[in-house]
Amino acid sequence: MKKTIALTLTLALVLSLTACGKGGEDKKSEGVMTHDEYMAAALDSEVVIETYVQAKQSWWEDKATLYTQDKDGAYFVYNAVCSEADYEKLTPGTKIKVTGYKTEWSGEVEVAEGATIEILDGNYVAPITDVTDLLGKDELIDHQNEFVSFKGMTVEAADDSGAAFLYNWDGSGEDGSDLYFNVSKDGQTYTFTVESYLCDSSTDVYQAVKGLNVGDTVDMEGYLYWYEGVNPHITSVSVK
Amino acid sequence: MKMQWKKTLAALFAGAGILTLTGCHGSKALPEFTVPAEFDTSKNLEITFWAKNDTNKNQTDVYKKAISDFESLYPNIKVNMKLYTDYGRIFSDVITNIATGTTPNVCITYPDHIATYMTGKNTVVPLDGLFADEKYGLGGSALLYDGPAQEEIVPQFLSECVLENQHYAIPYMRSTECCYINKDYVETLGYTLPDVLTWDFIWEVSEAATAKNADGTFALNGQNVMIPFIYKSTDNMMIQYLKQRDADYSTPEGDIGLFNDTTESFLYDIADHVDSGAFSTFKISSYPANFLNAGQCVFAIDSTAGATWMGADAPLSDISEDAFVDFETAVRMVPQYDPEHPQMISQGPSICVFNKAAPQEVLASWLFAQYLLTDEVQIGYARTEGYLPVTVKAQESPAYQNYLSRSGEDTETHYSIKLDASKLLLSHTEDTFVTPVFNGSASLRNAAGQLIENVANSVRRGETVDDAYMDALTADVTALYRLDQKDIATGSRQKLGPLPHTAVLLLAALAFVWCLILLYVLSDFVKKRKKH
Repeated sequence: MKKTIALTLTLALVLSLTACGKGGEDKKSEGVMTHDEYMAAALDSEVVIETYVQAKQSWWEDKATLYTQDKDGAYFVYNAVCSEADYEKLTPGTKIKVTGYKTEWSGEVEVAEGATIEILDGNYVAPITDVTDLLGKDELIDHQNEFVSFKGMTVEAADDSGAAFLYNWDGSGEDGSDLYFNVSKDGQTYTFTVESYLCDSSTDVYQAVKGLNVGDTVDMEGYLYWYEGVNPHITSVSVK
Repeated sequence: MKMQWKKTLAALFAGAGILTLTGCHGSKALPEFTVPAEFDTSKNLEITFWAKNDTNKNQTDVYKKAISDFESLYPNIKVNMKLYTDYGRIFSDVITNIATGTTPNVCITYPDHIATYMTGKNTVVPLDGLFADEKYGLGGSALLYDGPAQEEIVPQFLSECVLENQHYAIPYMRSTECCYINKDYVETLGYTLPDVLTWDFIWEVSEAATAKNADGTFALNGQNVMIPFIYKSTDNMMIQYLKQRDADYSTPEGDIGLFNDTTESFLYDIADHVDSGAFSTFKISSYPANFLNAGQCVFAIDSTAGATWMGADAPLSDISEDAFVDFETAVRMVPQYDPEHPQMISQGPSICVFNKAAPQEVLASWLFAQYLLTDEVQIGYARTEGYLPVTVKAQESPAYQNYLSRSGEDTETHYSIKLDASKLLLSHTEDTFVTPVFNGSASLRNAAGQLIENVANSVRRGETVDDAYMDALTADVTALYRLDQKDIATGSRQKLGPLPHTAVLLLAALAFVWCLILLYVLSDFVKKRKKH
């Protein structure tokens, strides 16, 4: 009995610690917007958010592009001011405060170029959300920029030649370029992308997409990016 | 104490040696290139070609075919191509590779960028000697293909490749900007589209297009979105306006004149039209084609090299088919200040050749670069977009003339808007200009666009744009693009300013050490003399 109680208490302690590590309390500081407030903010208005880095897309001349998310939703941060040293400190889960302006570019709502970043204490890695059933529905955009999954989709030909993927949108690229591939569900076809700054040619997902065949059934994970419609940036693909 | 002094001396020498070696690292210059008397066909050579395309498969196909055909003519030369879609990335990669001595052999580039490459001694090959070489020069007797003679390259385009009185590049393709117009909207608003747009006309019609219905939709299109006038490249917008107004921008020596009254007046105009919703930019909103083709724009200014994306029947598009609206598309020059004397930017890729230790490798690079000027490559690439071949030979060839004559036969190869764009540049080549090239001119160009982007963003964000704002903007953009730190491409002519503190310390230490050595030698000499 004593052993059982001890084991139960230990398990409870471990689980509670794990929960803390996954995020714990996500309380916003004073003057910081909730996700709802961010979404309600007008375009071109100033926004201040506290969020957690989920993935880093690129760093270029002291500008960082980040996929971030808190427990209520996601925020895409485009070309924020960030030194290379600070960029190295950003890992999945790192808490940051972002001050900038909200904008929309071809349907993608984001914190505009030139925002400032402050690294804070705190860590949260967002759970994945399955949005397969939302494809083609208006509600899908509510999950814009979140870390999401798609299950049981079918690889379709990417062009008239029957290729399963293309380097760049029209096949004009080469190894190392963005990969574009088409997948379908319920008769609707969507274009997904392996963004080469996010996942370069050395990554598993890049190699996995290069190995796809038309007709494969695949599960995928990635960030729900938008460009003139849904255009997920895929980070993993598994063939079923 | 004596021992300690020796250690100090050794440390000083070692430090000086390390610093001297550090100073040498990366500064080892290649020898000046001289044209070999013969091209050695018995030796296998491998060259790299960094190519830029507009994310256009037809263009990469032209490159691939050119390489394949060239390799057939010169079986001992293998050309490895690396594809880019962004001039900025090529520039950055070349700079990185100059430091490591791993530049490509042949590179598509802008003359602005070459000016920076040239700060490394003998990094870029001056081409005049190669142009004139009897065997391997332009139209040379030993070439295995029919390349153009120097006089067959459009003089205006060739002159754009002159830096410091020498040619450091050859033009590859030329384009300009033009205005793609929803003619139906212009007429719906009660205007007649003139042959030459003026700034006054474009602003007036754009303001008229901002009118809304009671339900908040735009009266002109019944949609929630309407950006009457959108500009892709705001650096060109500023540069062309200043040129048309005969206002300062920069001198050939690199003196910056961008910040002047004409610039400020233009920025105030832009602020007013952003505030009314009549104007926006690519960076703020998105690609002009996306709005034009969806009936959400009246005037879209973009490169002639983007013509296949523009218009109701555009063969290339990022928006869905159901978002397209049907309208008559017109192509005009960019808006002008003086319609009688139009002025427009000349832009487009050029080709430079990087120097290498082996002259045969450089000659092979030159043979390939020159091959890109042959009619087949020139016409093949020009057909992919609203580009113009850079040789009179290609422009006047029956194949190109036939291509131009078939405008509108289809919406792919002979897409009328693309051909209209090419014809516009062809008929206005004399009205094109380029800005002075110097080390720092690329930054100045970015700064010119940044002024417009900042003003547009500030207005949208509710900031006040007044004299104080303009002063702060000038200071911010000057600092951002280091315009107060510009130097000239020659490197050797510029004033270097005071020595850094570290250099002063090192020189002082060396002088001190030499004094000690001299003292030691002198005292030793005196001691020996005393003994004797």
